[in-house]
Amino acid sequence: MHPEPQHPEPQHPEPQHSEPQHLEPHEHGPDEVPHTHPDPGVDPHAPLHSGPRALRVGIGGPVGSGKTALVAALCRALGEQLRLAVVTNDIYTTEDADFLLRNGVLPAERIRAVETGCCPHTAIRDDISANLDAVEDLESSLGPLDLVLVESGGDNLTATFSKGLIDRQIFVIDVSGGDKVPRKGGPGVTTADLLVINKTDLAPLVNADLSVMERDAKARRHELPTVFLSLAEDRAAAPVADWIRGLVAAREHGREL
Amino acid sequence: MSLATLLLLADGRLPSGGHAHSAGLEAQVSAGRVRSVADLDGFLRGKLATSALVSAAFAAAACAAPAAFAGLDAGLDARTPSPALRKASRAQGRALLRAGRAMWPVAAIGREPHQPVALGALASAAGLSPHEAAVAAAHGTITGSASAAVRLLGLDPYAVHALLARLAPECDRIAELAAARSGDPVDELPAAGAPLLDIGAEHHATWEVRLFAS
Ligand SMILES: Nc1nc2c(ncn2[C@@H]2O[C@H](COP(=O)(O)OP(=O)(O)OP(=O)(O)O)[C@@H](O)[C@H]2O)c(=O)[nH]1
Ligand SMILES: [Mg+2]
Repeated sequence: MHPEPQHPEPQHPEPQHSEPQHLEPHEHGPDEVPHTHPDPGVDPHAPLHSGPRALRVGIGGPVGSGKTALVAALCRALGEQLRLAVVTNDIYTTEDADFLLRNGVLPAERIRAVETGCCPHTAIRDDISANLDAVEDLESSLGPLDLVLVESGGDNLTATFSKGLIDRQIFVIDVSGGDKVPRKGGPGVTTADLLVINKTDLAPLVNADLSVMERDAKARRHELPTVFLSLAEDRAAAPVADWIRGLVAAREHGREL
Repeated sequence: MSLATLLLLADGRLPSGGHAHSAGLEAQVSAGRVRSVADLDGFLRGKLATSALVSAAFAAAACAAPAAFAGLDAGLDARTPSPALRKASRAQGRALLRAGRAMWPVAAIGREPHQPVALGALASAAGLSPHEAAVAAAHGTITGSASAAVRLLGLDPYAVHALLARLAPECDRIAELAAARSGDPVDELPAAGAPLLDIGAEHHATWEVRLFAS
């Protein structure tokens, strides 16, 4: 074992080597296979993309609350104006993509699926690498994008996105679980940048009192916005699309989100 | 050497994409070949004798000479007949590299190297030895599958960790074997394979519902 770290400094070529090293003849040990190493320390690959990267918005929430329906609505509302792509984290690897394809809102090459190893929250919070790679792959295959939506797998009320993955997050709950959900709180309800309470069309059927939900959401979230929605009726999720347009415009004007 | 640095590199909480991979276990669980802790014991011993040995040897070699990454990478391609497993290894290498670059100045080894090559390069950048890289590789191979088993089969996590503790000496032995060969030419590095896992991985990649990426 080495007594000392062997590479305490970044492995950039030393400045005193003024001539390009890879053109110099150099010795290979007898046991080496032929190989090339033009410039150790210099990444031969072009940077993935230049310029500002896309706005990334995470969409989380419990199973079946309407995350994919919201993604579809946003694609309908924004697909003409913004260059957008979607990353999904569903266990049914093609379900969400099929839904978006079937509804004609997004072509297949704009959708990437990520597997989460039974831990949907891990993939969006603790180890975001697969999601980051998916976003980067979309940007490198499609060119610059304005907006990437990352839909998390359906999870519980504690699942939130890492700031390392997304810029802003939307938490989607629905009224059919009863009007107690905002009162329960949890990081999703409490801290999401936008809370969407979906399926208001079902409220009378499950005796959910929307005014109670509104009051509890306000108590939990203070100044953070909450919108009520019925994606069954509003097929373009107007208030959410407006909220996202505002974020994109703010970025274009160079304002920090 | 820094023991704490080695522990960081081997920690399952390192955000390096490992949590989404079962290293072939999901396919074998679905085929009914792994159902219990005893079955998992057999599965992990098989892994140690095959993919762990190969990974450890390549991680040690990459740690000893990160600049030789291209040859090592090609050597792993040659040892990985399943395209799905090549893809899984490269995806994990890329993710590991992302984590590594946040921690240490890692040498350029391409954008999506095989996981053991990335691991060796990280170990080198962190000032660790080829032997330590080999230990991290062998340890990661079995702990990743073991964690997937807990999630897929609902096995008792204490029983699974007891199994990992029993396997630790074997893991050390494999790492030592691997490290001893880290200076060998690529073509002579270990090449043990597991054809059933290769076949399983190819089937797994076609499933519509899968929980793990591999
Ligand atoms: N009545 C009613 N049904 C809705 C509404 N929004 C979505 N749904 C339905 O609710 C079901 C689940 O919607 P999805 O969009 O798939 O929910 P999800 O959150 O993506 O679900 P997972 O990804 O499985 O967690 C579907 O059958 C939708 O058609 C709504 O506003 N009202
Ligand atoms: Mg969905």
